Amino acid sequence: MAKLPTSVPEQEVLQGLKNPLNRRSFLRYTGAGLAASAILLAGCDDDDDSTVGNNMTEGVNLGSGDVGILNYAYALEQLEAAFYTAVVALPNFSTLFTSATERQVLTDIRNHEVAHREFFKAAITAAAPTQIIPGLTPNLPASALVSRASILATAKTFEDLGVAAYNGAGKLLTSAAFLGIAGKIVSVEARHAAEIRDMIENGTFASGPAGITGGNIVDANGLDVALTPTQVLMAAQPFVKETLNGSNLPTT
Amino acid sequence: MNIFNILKEVEKVDPEVFDRLDPRREVFKHFGGFGKKLVAAAIPLAFGSMLNKAYGQNTTSVREVLEFALKLENLEYYFYKRAADTNIFPSAAGKTAFGVIRDHEEDHVNFLRQAITGLGGAAPTTYTDANFDWTAKGLLGNATFTNYGTMLAVAQAFEDTGVRAYKGAAPALISNDAVLQAALQIHSVEARHAAHLRRMRRDMANGMAALKPWITMKDSGGLPPEFQGIYDGEEVTTQAGVNITGTFGGITIDANAASEAFDEPLTVAQVTSIVAPFLA
Repeated sequence: MAKLPTSVPEQEVLQGLKNPLNRRSFLRYTGAGLAASAILLAGCDDDDDSTVGNNMTEGVNLGSGDVGILNYAYALEQLEAAFYTAVVALPNFSTLFTSATERQVLTDIRNHEVAHREFFKAAITAAAPTQIIPGLTPNLPASALVSRASILATAKTFEDLGVAAYNGAGKLLTSAAFLGIAGKIVSVEARHAAEIRDMIENGTFASGPAGITGGNIVDANGLDVALTPTQVLMAAQPFVKETLNGSNLPTT
Repeated sequence: MNIFNILKEVEKVDPEVFDRLDPRREVFKHFGGFGKKLVAAAIPLAFGSMLNKAYGQNTTSVREVLEFALKLENLEYYFYKRAADTNIFPSAAGKTAFGVIRDHEEDHVNFLRQAITGLGGAAPTTYTDANFDWTAKGLLGNATFTNYGTMLAVAQAFEDTGVRAYKGAAPALISNDAVLQAALQIHSVEARHAAHLRRMRRDMANGMAALKPWITMKDSGGLPPEFQGIYDGEEVTTQAGVNITGTFGGITIDANAASEAFDEPLTVAQVTSIVAPFLA
């Protein structure tokens, strides 16, 4: 922990209220009575962000707070579902994938992603009907669907990205219930990711380059990738026609 | 005024707020002063006791969760350590995969030990191979490391249990962003392991051709009935009040798909009961 000066000028205190502080300085602010006013402000910080504008200039605004994170997940699940739906519907699906097992795997994954998409649609509609994002228009490059290799490569990106997105978004949620739901989905995405990676090269289920970011998919601490919404949205943007705007999403 | 927002905001300013409120660390006096300021700010006195409860549920449980995870990771590590050293793999790929998983479990053990040490207090518990009973109280006899099918089945059992255990623990870590994210990052690695073990069992000679990388209903994948607890509860098809089954855009999600699409958590008590036979 960084060593702090023994006294803190007031303007630094005000600035500091916006930044993470260490324990000692927080206690000092508490003593100065400033924390109380910070708490007052915090207490007023309710969900007053009910207007989710979705126009051409700002694109599809995912919104803020827990609903924003749910919209973020809903957006990603829409893209995944659209991709696998297109794959399984390919007229040459069974010639691209000659193994019945592999066709079953891809059909299962399609079903899971459709289930996730529909879940978020229903759950957000129930919790915050005015804040749900619309259905997105997928933008799948034709090259993603031309061969077994290109389909699996795209699938790998989607799955590893999905895992990293949920891993990074968990801490942004304030509701333990939503966190629980995210946990139920992320492990299924990880199962998908492992199987897709193994279909590309057996044994790479949890090893080898991450692809979606530098380094390996599992790091030296045995940890999977976690990415921020900003990182994930940058990677996902090419696959959707609308501009995804995550600027109001929580960052802590 | 939203009391939960206040807690979250306090935590943004000071991630260690709950830790600080620990009376055993002589900061109770700060808590007292904090309370006075809250009164001054016209915040209900109840907030003080709520913080106190929040503290009680957080620092204590973070350590408990990490120790619980440490026990499971040691169980896995020592299992894979022995398993990867055997020569009963029909292919080099299988042995390599077990080595990869063993190394991850060792990484998790070391990571969790560091995390527990970082919380302060007593040192993390140290485990050895002797802490574990690979016969599962005689249930598996000596087959665990001599019968390839049994070895893969035990591995699948451990991985699917690990996934459910971390999932159950995650909400208890919601107050500690760093620990929560790390737990999620371990959780998804366990899920990758589980998927690969299931793939290995599916694809092995005379294997379980119908087994999938994901869990269908509460199917135990041929594990003995004593291990059914690993899968009980996985069959749910309703999430947060939403029925997952239905037909959407011409695609029918049946109960099997609905159950596969969501993995389910286990409580500490359930996991403890599942792994009990493997504890010496």
